[in-house]
Amino acid sequence: MELKPGSRWRSAVCEAEFVVVRPAKTPVSLECGGRPMIPHAEARDPAASPSADHAAGSAAGKRYTDADTGLEVLCSKAGAGSLSVDGRAIGAQEAKKLPSSD
Amino acid sequence: MHTALLLDMIADAAPDRLALGRRSEGLTFAETRRRAHHAAAWLEQLGGTNVAFVGLNGPALPVAVFAAGMLARPFAPLNYRLPDADLRKLLARTAPSTAVVDDDMVPRLGQVDDVTIVSRSAFEAACKVHGDCDAQFLDVDHDIAVLLFTSGTTGEPKAAILRHRNLTSYVISTVEFLGSEEGEAALVSVPPYHIAGISAVLTGVYSGRRIVHLDAFTPEGWVQAAADEGITHAMVVPTMLGRILDVLEKTGESLPEMRAISYGGGRMPLPVIERALALLPHVDFANAYGLTETSSTISILGPDDHRMAIYADDDAGKRRLGSVGKPLPSLEVEIRDPDGNVVGPNQPGEIYVRGEQVSGEYAGKKVIDDEGWFATNDGGFIDEEGYLFVEGRLDDVIVRGGENMSPGEIEDVLREHPGVADVAVLGVPDDQWGETVAAAIVPQGAAPSTDELAQWVKARLRSTKVPEVWAFRDALPYNDTGKLLRRQLKAEMARDRASA
Repeated sequence: MELKPGSRWRSAVCEAEFVVVRPAKTPVSLECGGRPMIPHAEARDPAASPSADHAAGSAAGKRYTDADTGLEVLCSKAGAGSLSVDGRAIGAQEAKKLPSSD
Repeated sequence: MHTALLLDMIADAAPDRLALGRRSEGLTFAETRRRAHHAAAWLEQLGGTNVAFVGLNGPALPVAVFAAGMLARPFAPLNYRLPDADLRKLLARTAPSTAVVDDDMVPRLGQVDDVTIVSRSAFEAACKVHGDCDAQFLDVDHDIAVLLFTSGTTGEPKAAILRHRNLTSYVISTVEFLGSEEGEAALVSVPPYHIAGISAVLTGVYSGRRIVHLDAFTPEGWVQAAADEGITHAMVVPTMLGRILDVLEKTGESLPEMRAISYGGGRMPLPVIERALALLPHVDFANAYGLTETSSTISILGPDDHRMAIYADDDAGKRRLGSVGKPLPSLEVEIRDPDGNVVGPNQPGEIYVRGEQVSGEYAGKKVIDDEGWFATNDGGFIDEEGYLFVEGRLDDVIVRGGENMSPGEIEDVLREHPGVADVAVLGVPDDQWGETVAAAIVPQGAAPSTDELAQWVKARLRSTKVPEVWAFRDALPYNDTGKLLRRQLKAEMARDRASA
């Protein structure tokens, strides 16, 4: 899978959708719910569901980063599956809340 | 990533929330997306490579911004307050384009080569078509999202380029997705052709906050709209805030639902912000500093900093109310001397900024260096705790006999004199010193004597900073976004001095 910045992906096993914000330094497999993600334009198998060890959920608006490869994705739609890169679970970035300025 | 995705995300997450307009006739996020989709399909047929927008603020603006984004066509909002001939010239620079133009402004434009002019009412009708639009648009990233003609207080306006990735990077790094509570509403009174008018659309939508546009600013209209619409958030330029406070004082309106007011776009006089904090103690104030070329805000002085500065008993603490706070965590800011060396705390120099939201790009010209740094042309310094102070455009620095002086510092001192309502300090040509300090004063009541004002400055600053040329005026020249037309004033004062 070519995780280009701006490319959109969907989970193969839940409702979650993601956008790549920053690419990985080396080619990786990005998974949600324990299964590799599929391009946004493709339909998923509605019967599939996240595996138990990758079911912590993904929250819309959260950014997820993989410190090892620099990959950063933004969750654009929430889902039951959680993210992993080459099988390693990755976590959400803690965003510091800034005062509104616009 | 792409600006239209911001709307897509929120329309999926909060489809039934009000997105745009007054409560009685507002559009939901789902309806906003539906209209943007129809608008994109309609504009696609009309052709052109750009979408120009000549008109007042209102729900048509966000719809047009997102529609242009879906089509990957740069969106160019133009300053309708320009004289007709200048406006036509700008419009010609967007060709080939389709221009959405307020109905009453259409006759001002006549015919412009390779520009299809459509009225706002026709655009709005096309957006309202019922049913879903199944058109598919390009999924783009590195394309130009917005072309903004910088206000250019002199000379030809430059077309600043903001790419989708600059704007979306700004939005997702500063705003929490769906971070607004149900019922929050932002009052936007900056015009569409100002960067703050564009960023307000994008951050408002992404945070899930309703946007209420005020199509022309009057302080009475602003206060009325804020009270009627339960406005919780607003952004103003300094000149607006002073006039708003006058209305609040006169009417006794206390804006109980207001939670946060941010200000920027120029130097905020200390007495105004102090009055604001006293009159609206329940409101969080934030001072935001940014430029068109940086996709809006790059540094913020937050509410706690404001309150601490008011209660500070040391000079450094008090001084912070005049700062623009700390740079956003998503970017870097440096101060450099004229040789390009980074300087230490409290040392003045030019403000440089680097980060994904920084475009530093104009049509035909990229002005960021190889390491990604953008020279802002603003002078300033960073104090020992990391607070950024902006002293104004470097071009405005007064050089008197080799000494550099920031007009803002002298203006701040004069503004605290009870007989001064408004003031501008600038350099005028001088045979002996190269430049000398001149002050234009708008008096409050009876004009104080120049001797008295000179003593006032001398007691607070060095004697070299005392203006030698004085002018009393009824008003100072500002452009419509509250920026002092410093160069115009300078030319007038230099002329008056030469003929005196």
